[in-house]
Amino acid sequence: MSEVIVVTSGKGGVGKTTTTANVGTGLAKLDKKVVLIDTDIGLRNLDVVMGLENRIVYNLVDVVEGNCRIKQALIKDKRYPNLYLLPSAQTRDKTAVTPEQMRKLTDELREEYEYILLDSPAGIEQGFKNAVAGADRALVVTTPEVSAIRDADRIIGLLEANEMKRTDLIVNRVRMDMVKRGDMMSIDDVVDILAINLIGAVPDDENIVISTNQGEPLVGTDTLAGQAYMNICKRMLGEDVPMLDLSGKSSLWSKLMGILKKD
Amino acid sequence: MSVFDLFRKKTSSDVAKDRLKLLLVSDRANCTPELMEMIKNDIIMVISKYMEIDAEGLDIQITQTESEGNNGTVPALYANIPIRDLKHKE
Repeated sequence: MSEVIVVTSGKGGVGKTTTTANVGTGLAKLDKKVVLIDTDIGLRNLDVVMGLENRIVYNLVDVVEGNCRIKQALIKDKRYPNLYLLPSAQTRDKTAVTPEQMRKLTDELREEYEYILLDSPAGIEQGFKNAVAGADRALVVTTPEVSAIRDADRIIGLLEANEMKRTDLIVNRVRMDMVKRGDMMSIDDVVDILAINLIGAVPDDENIVISTNQGEPLVGTDTLAGQAYMNICKRMLGEDVPMLDLSGKSSLWSKLMGILKKD
Repeated sequence: MSVFDLFRKKTSSDVAKDRLKLLLVSDRANCTPELMEMIKNDIIMVISKYMEIDAEGLDIQITQTESEGNNGTVPALYANIPIRDLKHKE
C-alpha cells in the first residue's frame, strides 16, 4: 500500500525542503520505493538540496500539461536504487497546476511507489492547496519560535478542515543549549501548544548546511541531525524508536569512530 | 529544578509560551477585529439600558481560563466594563 505525504509548515524557511529531502532519502535507504515531488512552482529548491539540479529535463508542469509522460520527468537518484525526484518548474507560477491535477498525478504514482512525498511551498494559498490535495497524511515542520509555531497552528487547522487522515509534527532547529538556558521553548513546550503527535525533533546542526552545500542529504550518517532524520523515517514505518538526546553529548567511542570515518 | 529556580526571573521561553498560548486562542476562535467590534457595541447597548458605563474604556478580548471540569483550559470572553454611574437611568 502506498502513502502520499505532504511536508508543510505555513512559515517559510523552517526546513520543509531539507525535511522532504532527508525523510525521502531515509525511506529509500530503508528499501522503500520513494518519489519526491517539489510543488513549489517558480521557486524550485528540492533539486539543489538533493544534488540533482543538473539532470532536469522535464518538470511537474510539463507532466500535468501533458508535454511529457511522468516517467520522462522523473529523475532517478543514482545513489539509491529506489529514489526518484519530480522537479518543479522554475519559469511558471502556482496557477499552472490545480488541486485536481495534483490528485490525478499522485494517484497515478501510487501504482508504482510506496511513498510519495510532496514538498509544499510556504503560505496557505493555491500552492499549499495543490500540495495537500492528494495527500493521505501530513508532516508539519516548525521551529521553536513564536512566528513558526503560530503559522504551524494555522496550518494544522487547515489540514483538519481538509480532513487530513493523519498529521504529525517535526520540531526542527532545536538548540538544547538555549533550551537549557530558558531562551528557547523546549520540544515539550511546542508539542503542548500545538497538541498534535510528535514524530521527531531535529537539532540545529551545522552539518545540515554542509550537506546542503554538497547536495547530499545527511540522513543516516553519524551526525546528530542524520540520526534524528533516520529515527523519523523509522517511526513513519511504524517502528517504536525512543527520542534522541539532542544535546549532542556523544561518547568518546563514537567521536573516535567519527574521526576514523572521515578518511 | 533547584531551589534557586523558585526565585528566578521569567525566562524568554516562558514569555514566548505565554504569548503564544494567548495568541493561538484568538487565532483559533477566528474572531476578526470587526466581529469583536460588533460584540463590543452590542455589550455597550445592553449594559447601557441598566447603568451608565464608560464606552471608551470598555475592553473585550478572548483569553483562556481554567475549566470547571478536568479538561484543562477553555476559551473565555473577557470584558472589562468601567461603570460611571450605578444608578438606573430613568
